[in-house]
This record gives sequence, C-alpha cells and structure tokens, in this order.
Amino acid sequence: MKHSFIPWLLLGWIGFLLMPWYLLEDGFWSFVWLTDGYPTDLYYAPAILQGILDDKLWLLPLALPLIAPLRLISLTKSDPRYSRYLIYSGAFGLIYMMGQGFTIGVSGWQFAGLESLFGELEYQQYGFGYGAMLCGLSFLILLTTGLAATGFLKGDVFVTGSIGLIVALVGLFVFFPVSQVLISAFMNNDGMFAPTAFFGKFFSDNIWSLSCLSGGYACGTAWNSLTLAILTATLTTLLGLSFALVVTRTGFRWKRSLRLLTVLPIITPPFVIGLALILLFGRSGVVTQFFADAFNIEPGRWLYGMPGVLLAQVLSFTPISFLVLIGVVEGVSPSMEEASQTLRADRWRTFINVSLPLMRPGLANAFLLAFIESLADFGNPMVLGGDFDVLSTEIFFAIVGAQNDQGYAAVLAILLLIFTLSAFFLQRHWIGKKSYTTVTGKADSGAYMGLNHGMKLACYMTALPWAALTIVIYGMIMFGGFVQNWGYDNSFTLQHYQDAFSVGWGEFGVIWQGAAWDSLWTTLSISAIAAPFTAIVGLLTAYLLVRQQFKWKNAFEFGTMLSFAIPGTVIGISYILAFNVPPLELTGTGVILIICFVFRNMPVGVRGGIAAMSQLDKSLDEASLTLGANSLMTFRRVILPLLRPAIIAALVYSFVRAITSVSAVIFLVSADHNMATSYIIGLVENGEFGIAIAYCSVLILVMLTAIIAINLFVGERRLRRTTSISHSTKSSSLSRPSLKEKQA
Amino acid sequence: MSLHYQPGSVSFENVIKTFGNVTAIDNVSFTIEPGNLVTLLGPSGCGKTTTLRMLAGLEHPTSGRIMIGNKDVTHLPATDRDVSMVFQSYALFPHMTVAENVAYGLNASGVNKIEAKEKSEEGLELVGLADYGQRYPSELSGGQQQRVAVARALVLEPEVLLLDEPLSNLDAKLRRHVREEIRELQQKIGLTAVYVTHDQEEALAVSDRIIVMNRSVIAQEGSPRELYEAPASSFIADFIGDANLIEADIIATDGKTADVAVGTLRCSLPQRGFDKGRVQLAVHPSSVRLSLRDQQSTGLTGTVRRATYLGNQMQYDVDSEVGSLFVVDYRVEQAIPVGSDVSIAFSNRGLALVKTA
Repeated sequence: MKHSFIPWLLLGWIGFLLMPWYLLEDGFWSFVWLTDGYPTDLYYAPAILQGILDDKLWLLPLALPLIAPLRLISLTKSDPRYSRYLIYSGAFGLIYMMGQGFTIGVSGWQFAGLESLFGELEYQQYGFGYGAMLCGLSFLILLTTGLAATGFLKGDVFVTGSIGLIVALVGLFVFFPVSQVLISAFMNNDGMFAPTAFFGKFFSDNIWSLSCLSGGYACGTAWNSLTLAILTATLTTLLGLSFALVVTRTGFRWKRSLRLLTVLPIITPPFVIGLALILLFGRSGVVTQFFADAFNIEPGRWLYGMPGVLLAQVLSFTPISFLVLIGVVEGVSPSMEEASQTLRADRWRTFINVSLPLMRPGLANAFLLAFIESLADFGNPMVLGGDFDVLSTEIFFAIVGAQNDQGYAAVLAILLLIFTLSAFFLQRHWIGKKSYTTVTGKADSGAYMGLNHGMKLACYMTALPWAALTIVIYGMIMFGGFVQNWGYDNSFTLQHYQDAFSVGWGEFGVIWQGAAWDSLWTTLSISAIAAPFTAIVGLLTAYLLVRQQFKWKNAFEFGTMLSFAIPGTVIGISYILAFNVPPLELTGTGVILIICFVFRNMPVGVRGGIAAMSQLDKSLDEASLTLGANSLMTFRRVILPLLRPAIIAALVYSFVRAITSVSAVIFLVSADHNMATSYIIGLVENGEFGIAIAYCSVLILVMLTAIIAINLFVGERRLRRTTSISHSTKSSSLSRPSLKEKQA
Repeated sequence: MSLHYQPGSVSFENVIKTFGNVTAIDNVSFTIEPGNLVTLLGPSGCGKTTTLRMLAGLEHPTSGRIMIGNKDVTHLPATDRDVSMVFQSYALFPHMTVAENVAYGLNASGVNKIEAKEKSEEGLELVGLADYGQRYPSELSGGQQQRVAVARALVLEPEVLLLDEPLSNLDAKLRRHVREEIRELQQKIGLTAVYVTHDQEEALAVSDRIIVMNRSVIAQEGSPRELYEAPASSFIADFIGDANLIEADIIATDGKTADVAVGTLRCSLPQRGFDKGRVQLAVHPSSVRLSLRDQQSTGLTGTVRRATYLGNQMQYDVDSEVGSLFVVDYRVEQAIPVGSDVSIAFSNRGLALVKTA
C-alpha cells in the first residue's frame, strides 16, 4: 500500500536527524559546515544531537510526531486511525516547534514571566535553519494529508497540501510581520506593554495638527498624506479619463503611441519622475533658469513640498489610471450609445446620461487605485518632499533618523494601513463587483460614438500637453546623465556613466570597476530569483481560487490579495520587527529581499493567473481527472502548458517590479545586499544627480529590453495560436470533403 | 487485439444531491446491466448531467450509494474510478497531438510506454483515425475531434463509458452518422455505456433502455418502444412523442381494455389501471387522420389554422372541438388548405391513456 505522506515523513526525519537545526552564519547557500565540525559542532548539529549532546532537551519531543506516523505504513487509508494520527502529529509538531522557537531565544527565555517561573535559562537558541525548515514542511504536509484523509476537499492530497502551504506562507510572511507592527505600537521603547503610550503617539500633534490652516508651521502628516492622496487621485482620474476618451472616441492620429504610455509606470522606479522634475523645475532646472533669464523671475523652491510631490505623483500614476479607464471606456457597449442616439438624444446627452453612469464604477476604481498608490508612494516624497512630511516617509525617518522610535514608526504604519485598507475594502466591496456589469461578454457590434466638439477640445487640451510633459520628462531621464553638472555646467560628459559602469580588463578577465555594478548585479539576481517563485505561488493560488471549491475560500482570497494594499514602508518595517530575532532570523540576508518581493508581488501573479485560467474550459481538467490523472498531474500537464503566456507575463512583471520597488527594500538592504533603487536614493540624498539619473536610465533600458524581448516572444505565440484556430474553423467545412476523397 | 473490455454494471441507490438549497437529484435509484447502452434523457435542468457527473466522480452525492461493477464507489474521486467520459466540448488538450491526447490516460495510469503506444494506436484505429496521430486537435474537423475524444476514453478499457451530449456540437447531418457509429462501436466491443442527451430522437435511436428524468426524479424508465408506445404520464407522452393531450372519458372497462369517448369518437385502448371517468388521452401527431369535411363526414370537427409543407410531410395546426391539435400527415399530394373545415379521426396505433403530470 503506497502512502503519499511517506516521502514527506522521510523529509522530516532528514531534517531532524541529519541537517543542521539552526541557521548558519555563512549564508543559505554556503556549505562550509559539511567540512567544519559537522555533525557534533554545536553550531552545525542536527536537532537530535543538539538535544543529546547539548542538553537542549526541549528539542527531543519533536521526534514524537515523526514516530507516530510510522505506525500508519501498514494501515490502509480508510482506517480511522490514519487521518487521526496524521492530523495530531502534524498539528503537534507545528505548534510545538513554533512554540519552543518563540519561547527560547538568543538570550534564554523570551518572555519575562517565564524567567521568574523557571529561573534563568542558560541556553540560547538561534534562528531556524535547514533542519527546522524541513521538519516544519514535513509537519505541515502530514497535517494536510491527514485532513485530506477525512474527506476534506474530496480527499485531494495535492489541493489540500497546496492550500495548507499557501496559508502557512502567507501567514508567516504577511500576517505575522504585520501583527508584529500592531504589537510593537502598543509597546514602549523598553519592550513593555504600554497602551497609554500608543494613544499618546496616535493622537500626537505631529500627526493630526491643523495649525497650517491658521498660519502655523505645518500640518500633521496624516492630513498631508490624505490631502495629497485625494488631490492626486482626482487629478489622475480626470487625466486618465481624458486620455481614454482621446484614444477610444476620437480620430486622433497617434493613438497607438498614447497607448505606449501605459507601459511607462511598470518600468519606472517610483522616484525617477521626481528626479527629472528637479532637473526641469528645481532651482537650477532648465525651465526655472529660462524664466529667470527671460523674465527676471527669482528661482524659487516651490517644487520642494506639496506641489512638487503632487506633480510627480500625477505624472507617475496617470498612466495607471489610463490603463484602468481605457478598459472601462471600451467596456461601455456601443449598442447602448447607439440605442440612446436612435432615441433622439444628442451626443452630449448620451454621454452624460448613458456613457458616464456606466463608467462610474470604473472611475471610482481608478480613483481608489491612485489613492492607495499615492498613500503608499515613498520615492517621490523622499526626493521632493522638503518640509512636507507624509506618513510613508515619516515612518522611514522614525526608524533610521535621530529619534529611532520604533513605537512611533509602528503607530504611523498602523495609521497608513488603516487608510489604505479602508480604500482597499471600499474598492473590493463597493466597486469590485459592479465594475464588470458593463461588460456583457457578448461580442457587440457597432461603433463608438464620437465626442462632441467641446468635449473633444477639452480632452485634447488636457491630455496632449500632459503627454508632451511626460515625453519631456522621460527625455530628461535619458539625457540627464550626459550633462556635467545640471544647471551650473551644462557641457556634455560621459563621466557619470564612467563612474557608475566602467569596465576594465585585469589579470583575471573583466573587472567591474564602476560603483554601480555591485548593486546592479544584486538587483538583477535577486529579482531573477524572486520572479519564478512569485509566478509559482501566484499561479498555484489562482488555480486553487478558480478551480477548487472550499470553505473559507473568500477569506483565502482576501488573505492572498491583502499584501497589495499594504504600503511598502509598512511591509519594510514589519519585516524588520518580525525577522530580526530568532526563530525566524532573516534580516541582512538576500533571502529576506526575495521573500519580500515574492509576497508583495504575489497578488499580481494571482490576478493574472485567475484571468488566464478563467478562459480555460473546466472540462479540460475534468477530462484529465476522468482519464485517471490526479490533480497534480492535471495541473502540471494540462493547465500549466496552456497558461504559458500568463506564466511569462507573471515572470516579467514580478521581475520588473522587484527591480523598481524601493519603499520596502530600503529597510531591508544590507551592505552585502544593496539594491539599485536604494543605492540611487542614497546618491540623490548626496546631491549626486548626474550618476543617479544615469543609473536610472540604464535601469529603464534594461527593463525595457527585457519587456520587449518577452513581449515579442509572447506576442508571437499568441499570433500563432489564433491563426491556427481561425484556420481550423475555416477549414473544418472545407477539409471534410477533401478527407473523404482521400479515403475514397 | 490488445484492448479488452469487461463491461461493468451500474447502480444508483437512493441517491440525493443538493447544491445549497437546490435539490438537483431527489432520491434516484436505477440499475444498468453490463453491456447495455442506457440513455439519460430529459429537458435541461432535469438532473441528467448531474447524474452522469456523479457516475464519473466529478460530483459526490449528498446521500445514497453508487455502485460500479459491484464496487461501492460513492466516495471515490474521479481519478480512481474505472470509468471514462466523453465531454460535450470534447475537452481535447489543445497543446497535445491526437496521439498524446489518446495516450494521456494510459500514461496517467502508469501503463508502460510501448503498451500505451500500442493501445492508443489501436484506439485510433477503432474510430477510423489511424493516420491522424501526429495532428493537433485544431487541425481536425468537429466530427474527427469527437472521435478522438471517444478513442481517448476507450483506450482505458473502462468498465463504463460515459457520454455527455456527445453530438450536440455537430451539425445535424453529421449527428445521425456519428450516433450510428457510436452505437455500432458500443455493440461491437460490448461496452456498458451511459449516454446523456436532451434529443428524444437520438435517445430512441441509440439506446437499449432510456431513463427519462424530469425535475430531479426519474419520470419513466424502459425500452424505447415502451416509452414511445406506452408513456406513463402526459410528460413522457409530450416529451418523447410530441403527443397531443386530449381530455377523454372512459365509459366502460373490462379489466383489460377500456372504451374511451372523445367527443363523438369512440376507441378501445389498453386499460392500464384507469377507472371509469375523466382521463387524459395521448395521441401522436401522425395518428390523427384529417379529411375534408362533407355531408357524410363523421368524427370530430375542426378547422385548419396553419399548414406547413416540409417536403416529405405536412404539418397542420387544427382548432377542434377537443382543443388545438398538432397533426403530421405524410400524404403531401393531398395537402389540405388553410381555413378548410376538416373531420378528425384517430388511427388504431399511437394512442395511450396517461396520468396527468
């Protein structure tokens, strides 16, 4: 009798008996330990030896949940003991392992109460290493296999295991860190529970002051963030609508080029726009200088503060809202507008009474998206904020600045989380359902109604200058790196590129002399490692959501989408709080960056996977199942191959997003693992705009190349598939007679 | 020949299936003899597809027991059942060749490569597509795709073959041809097959037995002839035979036959347990005889409201003293013009007393 849990049990035993239990200092991929005193050296010893040789007796009970399932090998699946043993073993193993890890830390007891109860503990534990990881995985699968054996999810081991795994991962890397933020907000700086301190900080003047209205120095950060977010969201929505109308409802000649704008935010690191704005409108910017010379206007600092941040954010997020709204505007069925017109309404009336109401959910959707993006934006306020403090940057300065007040940072993080989550909830529950009602899924014929004259003019007047400004900005980014010292010495130079990216030849081949190579390679390799994991986790989740029915599915979906609504700075600070100490000690490693990217970008993979999978007929899965394949084989042989375009899209997107992200990363980088974006931010802070902008343009080019290459590849595939389909439908009526002739 | 079939029996015992508050299958029981082709027939939403999917293991009953080949499979998932299914949409894997599609189930069941290849070639030969193994499904016509789907199901040598409206994606002409092929194949290899359709003509043509379902329960079960000639209820008479349902009176019974009066018409029919009094009479459209009315005419009176010429037959709608009648008449030469007064008689066959349902 073959049992599917046996390999997993074996894995658990390997983790317990053979692999080093604790985290190794040399890094995840280093195998120095094999030759350096393993297995008896206490740094490298597996759990069993830790227990026997080092009196870490509390590790030994972990053998129990590994012994119990051994008895099941001779039993059949239908035996009631089968599921019971597995569930109890898995659950006990997981709880006990996490429990002991959190109770006994690097300095003995983790909780003060235990010390007074049991006396001081002389032993210390480090973070979980290979052994603990394998054991944890083994316990988890034992538990889910046991649950499957009780008939849960039709007894499907693969599906139960996948759900268990994703729940555990999301719990560990999204919910656990965020909960640490919540907890630390209620602690004072000595780590004691202090709710009054929380309220003191939460209602402090720094956050809620309205003194700027009455001529005071500055308003609270909360008001700043909210005002900025509302203004940004309003402006981007209007501009996005204007763009969408120009593209779909007018005969504008360069529509296709306008559509290219939607690619820009994907490949633009968030602070790059701010940087380019400085070069244009800063005190020594081109435009400022021009006005100073021509009209004798004193160069001002107006850019640094709310106006600059607002400008930068509107420039950054308008393409996103354009992307959302173009779908919405195209989704309004032309036959509705035609119906209205045949009922003798003129164009203006039709637009106001029919088209616009149908677009309303989409408009609200675009507004809330921009609202969330603006609140979470870290790069632009960082570069352009000046004295204008917003929540996301304030969190950063609370941690790294002179105050070093973790509690305050946590309070700010909670506030930011409340804002974004409220918007997220609104978006999901109020609009998420309605937004599809305009799309019937039936192919409508008919042409879109053109705009009337006044509206056309209004759209052209707003969208086109804005597009021009965007083009100038990106031109700035491309050329800014070739100028000696912007505003002061505008002569051509290659110095910045040389500083950053020079390459030399040495005794042993190429020498990467430039200052930027280190961070560029780190960025590329970490992004490249994170991308496939993001795609796998995202698509697996999508598969579970689309194809499987289970209890709590909505909660499961919400949990997996949640990290989308958590601002990067909050993720960053929560990872520091959660993963700085054993049992999960990850800070300073490259692994924490990879994990951060995987779980931050996972919602994108999930959404993409859901969209692609909904287009696959469910009978394909069912055919595979009735042919005797299990759900793992169905997923691997039928679904994955058919999802190839979605997989590639998920890969590209998570790769690029990992390269451009800055807000979470800035907390998590270390000397060994510096990322391009945080390196550039450092350059900006030192006023080295030349190198910074040169580096940005290189990043953009790298990503653009990647996207174009992959798009060509994917596009080609799709082309072939559609041609083959249309070929077959056409030929089906033609080929049959000819085949008959052949047979005859 | 390396494909061998061990046809299995099927039985449903008091099966109930609910989805939330909706009862899709309400206490259904039936058995199927090995080697028979049984059709589940009924209007859409009657529960026939749910029944089939429970046989496949794609749905599991809320209560009751399902047996296949004398094994209790009630809680067995689809993967572990010895049945295979032909889907309405064929569900051929578009990224695999025809040969890979057919061999897929064999590979999944761990059959070795050489044997799998042999069997899948034989399966394709069985459906007359031996030379098409290297093509992709998109390069085949609809009828060919359908046959690949059948081959893919057959090479697993299932105890029971399930077919879910296998002909609904084919054009009308091809449909008749393919259904004959399927029936021929099933009889040749002696397979147990369960066939879902909503087309009564298709059901009559291919089945050993038909199970008619309506509103989550079995309305009647029997051979095609039994269902057509002795419908148990007005629903069956209407659904299978398109019959006219007419109010009639039983005026005398003798335990075997009943004398029935419809207006001025009299006929003698099997009694089927009905007592004297009001009853419903099902009359097939082709059992109604129309003739132009004249002085000597007897029978019921009526007026032709509509006459439709269909080449080999005339179809009439007639307003009569017993209600509106639908009539099929093969005497196309003597078509009766619209508006004519007609006299109506019934032939001896194609009449049955039915329960109201």
